[in-house]
Amino acid sequence: MTTKTFSIALAALGLSTLAAQADPLRIATEGAYPPFNFVDASGELQGFDVDIANALCDVMEIECEITAQAWDGIIPGLNAGRYDAIVASMSITPEREEAVNFTQPYYQAGAVLVAPEGSDIMPEPDSMAGQLIGVQRASTYANLIEERFPEADVRLYDTVENHNLDLISGRLDGVIAQRIFMSNWLDSDDGEGFEMKGDAMLDPDILGLGAGVAVRKDDTELLDRLNDALDTIMDNGTYAEINDRYFDVSLMPQR
Amino acid sequence: MNYQVMIDSLPDLLGGALLTLELVALAAVVGFAVALPVALARLTRRPLLWMPAYGFVFFFRGTPLLVQIFLIYYGFSQFPEIRASALWPILREPYWCALIAFSLNTSAYTAEIMRGAIQAVPRGQIEAAMATGMSRLTRLRRVVLPQAMRIGLPAYSNEVILLVKASSLASTVTLMDLTGTARTIASTNYMPVELLTTAALIYLAINFTLTRVFKGIEYLVSGENRAAVNDPLMQAGLNDPDALHKIAEK
Repeated sequence: MTTKTFSIALAALGLSTLAAQADPLRIATEGAYPPFNFVDASGELQGFDVDIANALCDVMEIECEITAQAWDGIIPGLNAGRYDAIVASMSITPEREEAVNFTQPYYQAGAVLVAPEGSDIMPEPDSMAGQLIGVQRASTYANLIEERFPEADVRLYDTVENHNLDLISGRLDGVIAQRIFMSNWLDSDDGEGFEMKGDAMLDPDILGLGAGVAVRKDDTELLDRLNDALDTIMDNGTYAEINDRYFDVSLMPQR
Repeated sequence: MNYQVMIDSLPDLLGGALLTLELVALAAVVGFAVALPVALARLTRRPLLWMPAYGFVFFFRGTPLLVQIFLIYYGFSQFPEIRASALWPILREPYWCALIAFSLNTSAYTAEIMRGAIQAVPRGQIEAAMATGMSRLTRLRRVVLPQAMRIGLPAYSNEVILLVKASSLASTVTLMDLTGTARTIASTNYMPVELLTTAALIYLAINFTLTRVFKGIEYLVSGENRAAVNDPLMQAGLNDPDALHKIAEK
């Protein structure tokens, strides 16, 4: 929205060169990962990722078109040219870097185990053995369980919302997901009766350096512009302002 | 295309295909058993019987299977009353939820196939059965249903093939069926084309086998028709419509 207003303002002033002429930058997000990206009641994409994407477009002075894509096909869709960048809380991992290029990380989170209050389950291999644990398919959290808790009984879900529904219904003994996402969920009505177990898991080997913007391998020019734009918004206070809209703690990665 | 990946994934995918086959086979059996009474109820003139049957078919044919699975899996589990009920041990398992959804969905379509097939049995057959003094039930068992089965078989084989493909939705409720396994492997090696192509080939193999099986059944139950074709009198009649008259005249 800001981008649109910005472009219109530019065009109206007759100053527009790049913004009005260039093709819009097509950005994909998932739209099912609140508060990072989600669809609000009026059908608009909202969230931290969406605000960051719009801020980057403002800095790059380019019009952006943000659309929602199913998570498990989001990288193939990028490489097929259906959009130019992914801003969807995607963790930077070596496997993914074989398929796409990432900008510098724009936030770092970590994973957490959430289970019913009173349950004595802990994020340790022995305690997790044989427990039914929900996790999102194709996520780094699924890899984390496989590496650290091979004895856990894993169920793979298409969205985090679905595994949380099954946590509430009692089908699962716990879920492993991103710390900030789960912290917000615990604050909501749905999260009543559940709590985080043990410490946050950071494991950069598995979870990656943090979330980055993904672009196609051959799109190095866009990669450079996005990296510069990220520097700009982290330096000029835009990032902090967006961060504070959503979180109590700063997610800004160490640079 | 990375053929090595396709070959390496085969054991896992075939394991998933076993679950797919299991779900399809059970859903087809349960669906068939549910469909017969529904079809018969649809054909009566008693509102208490045909109206619920009509509503059942209307709902399960009129809504997407994905929505039905989600309603059964995520919908029911929202209610604490259901979670406290005796049904919960069944409804908490994704396997049973998927099986219930598939069975009810296919039974609605199968009931309509049966209804159409029963109505297509020639009126004269029923009148002849009545003339020999058969009771309503005997008529149904010995005249109507056997003929309806033959009429409905091609449409029913189509429904079973549709069910095989629809069973891929089991992967949306965490089941590791053929599609679920393919998607999970693809999510770790980022080779969806290879994995989904391999899965598609397995689905094709399953459905090819099924069409052969149904072809065989169709052949087996069409005994009289075959006999007619082999009958020299009929043979002549089929090739030359006037031949029968000529034979008759002799």
